[in-house]
Amino acid sequence: MELSSTDRALVQALWKKLGSNVGIYATEALERTFQAFPSTKTYFPHFDLSPGSSQVKAHGQKVANALTLAANHLDDLSGALSALSALHAHKLHVDPANFQLLSHCLLVTLARHYPGDFSPAMQASLDKFLSNVNSALASKYH
Amino acid sequence: MVHFTAEEKAAITNIWKKVNVEEIGAETLGRLLIVYPWTQRFFDTFGNLSSPCAVMGNPRVKAHGKKVLTSFGEAVKNMDHLKEAFAKLSELHCDKLHVDPENFRLLGNMLVIVLAGHYGKEFTPDVQAAWQKLVAGVAVALGNKYH
Repeated sequence: MELSSTDRALVQALWKKLGSNVGIYATEALERTFQAFPSTKTYFPHFDLSPGSSQVKAHGQKVANALTLAANHLDDLSGALSALSALHAHKLHVDPANFQLLSHCLLVTLARHYPGDFSPAMQASLDKFLSNVNSALASKYH
Repeated sequence: MVHFTAEEKAAITNIWKKVNVEEIGAETLGRLLIVYPWTQRFFDTFGNLSSPCAVMGNPRVKAHGKKVLTSFGEAVKNMDHLKEAFAKLSELHCDKLHVDPENFRLLGNMLVIVLAGHYGKEFTPDVQAAWQKLVAGVAVALGNKYH
């Protein structure tokens, strides 16, 4: 789905507002994903997944950095996420359906922490952005 | 059949008793129509759905949202018997309304997001997990009579 200029403006405005907290919210989104969709834990048998895990926190920061990269490269998500796509496809072997589960939990996290900013229009733009990120992440799969 | 633990049931009912069915129902359906505009296909006769403002202010959307969420209340009352509770509605959605069951999953997830927005502090990961189980169970139950 193509991002309109309104979509881009809304996403970038929210990202600016999140500032250095993106890592905190990505971590919470990961925690929510593991709890709500236990099958996602199968990709992390080597992690301590208990609440407050430093491994989950570190991974949340990685996810946050990738999303911030994406938010700053809305014109070329495929290019920006090409290496990550190859990693998830060829090394990590993650079923792409899982990207949507994390995206959903990210939206839940943002709705919970920024209810005043989470208008229907903002949600629509974020949803589109995350769908495009997921498509870019799946682009190297074959 | 989905099995809910006592803790999961409590997590669900503790949120449900706070829910204003009219308000949350309207918001959930409105957001569905805005975020996933193809879902508007079922609501041709509803009038103006041309912008987020139009959708959220549309009285028919509000009324239908309330209807849908009231029906969801049956799920909360019948967590151990979802398929039976939604058998008739499943037939209706297949035979008369011709709704792709994928839409039940979209609506269920939208409800979870709306609840997170309204009940933030209480909507912890384990509370969300209980609700995800419920909305998934409802989606399956509503699709159960499709043929």
